[in-house]
Amino acid sequence: MTPARDEKIDIFRKMSLLKQNDERIRAVIKSGRLVLPYYSPRGQEVIPSAISVCLTPDDYICTIYRGTHDSLAKGVPVKQLWAEIAGRATGTCKGKGGPMHITHPASGVMVTTGIVGSSMPIANGLAWASQLSGDGRVTVAYFGDGASNIGAFHEALNLASLWRLPVIFVCSNNGYAEHTKTCVGTSVDRISDRAAAYAMPGIHVDGNDPIAMYGAARQAIDRARAGEGPTLIEAVTFRFFGHVFGDDDAYMDEGELEAHRAKDPYPVYRAALIASGDATEAELAAIEAAHAAEIEEAAEFALSSPYPDSREIYVDVYEEELSA
Amino acid sequence: MSGKMSMIQAVNLALHDAMKADPKVLVLGEDVGDAEGGGILGITKGLSQTFGASRVKSTPIAEQAIMGAAIGAAIAGYRPVAEIMLMNFTTVAMDMIVNHAAKLRFMSGGQTSVPLVIRTMTGASMGNGGQHSDFLEAWFAHTAGLKVCIPSNPADAYGLMLSCIADPDPCIFVETMPILFSQLPDAPERGVAIPLGKARLARGGSDVTIITYGRQVFDAMQVANKLAAENIDCEVLDLRTISPLDMDSILGSVAKTGAAIVYHEAVKNFGTGAEISSRIHEQLFGKLRAPVVRIGAKFAPVPFAKSLEDTFLPSAADLEAAVRSLVGDRALAPAG
Repeated sequence: MTPARDEKIDIFRKMSLLKQNDERIRAVIKSGRLVLPYYSPRGQEVIPSAISVCLTPDDYICTIYRGTHDSLAKGVPVKQLWAEIAGRATGTCKGKGGPMHITHPASGVMVTTGIVGSSMPIANGLAWASQLSGDGRVTVAYFGDGASNIGAFHEALNLASLWRLPVIFVCSNNGYAEHTKTCVGTSVDRISDRAAAYAMPGIHVDGNDPIAMYGAARQAIDRARAGEGPTLIEAVTFRFFGHVFGDDDAYMDEGELEAHRAKDPYPVYRAALIASGDATEAELAAIEAAHAAEIEEAAEFALSSPYPDSREIYVDVYEEELSA
Repeated sequence: MSGKMSMIQAVNLALHDAMKADPKVLVLGEDVGDAEGGGILGITKGLSQTFGASRVKSTPIAEQAIMGAAIGAAIAGYRPVAEIMLMNFTTVAMDMIVNHAAKLRFMSGGQTSVPLVIRTMTGASMGNGGQHSDFLEAWFAHTAGLKVCIPSNPADAYGLMLSCIADPDPCIFVETMPILFSQLPDAPERGVAIPLGKARLARGGSDVTIITYGRQVFDAMQVANKLAAENIDCEVLDLRTISPLDMDSILGSVAKTGAAIVYHEAVKNFGTGAEISSRIHEQLFGKLRAPVVRIGAKFAPVPFAKSLEDTFLPSAADLEAAVRSLVGDRALAPAG
């Protein structure tokens, strides 16, 4: 299945937002105006962009600490996301969650976890709820290649298959689990092969190719929505700024990072859209310019917003505030 | 309410009543379906038959998957009751319980909530050894976002379960195995919930307060009744809920008696007794005749051999000795 012209542009639109947002976050961190642990998703924009084009606003996602792109692609307002990563009262989570716990149910972003492997079991529960209520939603669990080696992955895939849950497991294989090469920590060449152990389809796809990624997502989402059960997608990609922003890349092969950056999917896709006649340079430039302005406004909003009141420490621990 | 019932029947009844009252209540866990026996002790018996296999799901032996499914369903508006068969098995799902169920409300700034119940059984003296017997309530009470209760009788088990299911936050409901089987007073009154965070005055008294919960309530009542014959008057407070802790009842009682013993089955070191003792000292130091006494299990894994298991567990004899030692100081009591 290939995307229609409008969907192709929507994928680009999301990629533009995600890429520029990441660039701005890194720039503001470098300027010293923001202090946070930042797991840059730069280089991995295609995956959530192509997937989100296939989702409805009501569909759920659970994502991970390297997940600002997943959240933005799903529709989290840029201003609120920025305020949250800046720890301000105006953030999605009132500044209580931070960059690793972006939550915005209004956009379907139900959980962002900082624990490797924990998005999948919870995604099952959301999908189970949809199966019970018949609300037609599907749930996407995003995670990395490293998470496919933790027990929770295997427990979750087994249960999802047994219960035929409307869930899509999306493994962004960016070649490294923290600083360890995938081949050092993972027993299979293709993580998608693990789907066979749980009697579900496993799709191996170039996660930097928007058209191929769209096809994989569409197939898995249609299957889930039709009540036919879960799919495991392994989307091969690369992260351009290491594990956590600021780490050195001594664990990478010499030239590896540069080689991947040279194949940056963003300019490749941009050029392809123009070459195919799907868009003009002016149209794409207008999209980019609008995002630049939106992100700049979000950054200023976040950095000028107040920090949460200290009284908030006991609020939201329980529904009813209990005495300490 | 009079009459007797087993705790197994009481929890089963509460689950039936809650599932009947609210179609959002779900049950999941190992062996919980009727085809699998309705739970290893029959606590979920009849539920899948009555409410259907989609609301009562037997699961693989996969505690992370169980808790994850419960958390996700709870976020989406359901009220799952997840059985983690034995309390030691919660260790396999601690990430889901502690990092997620407990914290998602706070980390989301109140946008999501996780109204689930974890039912779990435990307790030494049944020869189950080191990995099937531990009381780990202090771990969970130490985690902001969780509530923990440990009922000692059928009426409380029923009423606390109703409250746990209705609660907007994750609750851990601990069933003490050695007291699950016997017919005990009192049978519950149908539909009557018992609020979380409220202790029960099991016996009024004036000389010393015994603060306890679960199976140890029986020891405390036995000791109190025995010593009453010697004109030693024990007050017995059954906490029912460990977190939130009913400090009003604890402080009210100890302010009156001037002496307190915290008596629980979990190991003494770093246990709930330490927390309660410390809070009493902080609030009532000048009114105490003697330091608060903590009685708990020995700081060792639960042993298998009967002789060692008996050594491990705190006993009614330990409690009796502690009461005698405290009331020996009665003459020194400050007036009032």
